[in-house]
Amino acid sequence: MIVAATNLALALLGVAMMLAFWRLLRGPDIVDRVVAIDMLYVNACAMLLAYGIRMDSLLHFEAALIIAMLGFLTTAAFAKFLLRGDIIE
Amino acid sequence: MNVAGEVMVSALVVLGSLFCLLGSIGLARLPDVFMRLHGPGKATTLGVGCVALASVIYSSLRLGSPALDGLLIILFVAITTPVSAHLVAKAALHRRLPQWRRDRDGS
Repeated sequence: MIVAATNLALALLGVAMMLAFWRLLRGPDIVDRVVAIDMLYVNACAMLLAYGIRMDSLLHFEAALIIAMLGFLTTAAFAKFLLRGDIIE
Repeated sequence: MNVAGEVMVSALVVLGSLFCLLGSIGLARLPDVFMRLHGPGKATTLGVGCVALASVIYSSLRLGSPALDGLLIILFVAITTPVSAHLVAKAALHRRLPQWRRDRDGS
């Protein structure tokens, strides 16, 4: 049952990542692309968690934690760059 | 692992991925940058929160001790998602991006 549920969840998250990737390719402005990257890393974090449940391994949970932390840094650095033209002033 | 735990983990995983999909649909379909920020900002917190809670329940039922990575992920995503949405919205305001208006004929 857990295997079927996580398979369904992986498929749904794959569709979600494809939609975010479409916005990343198409987005009219660079801000849309930053939002799409934000969405992509959050979906990748959830996908890694679901994959860890499916494969019964604790290692994937720690990888998801690292993705969640580094993804926030990515978005913050992009937003700072768009606001100020520089990241570390 | 008992049946109730399996049902709970499966329901949380499917619910969380449905919320993530909802946020992505909002990101892909809404007409303007600020709406596109609004859609994923709420949905993904709940989505990742549900999946991480499922992982905590799964590891505590399966291994006997809860993996605290899931709780850390919930805490971290709940803190950082509003902050990053705020930063990106400030950048969008700074760039004076156009805002969507409903036309007179309602289209």
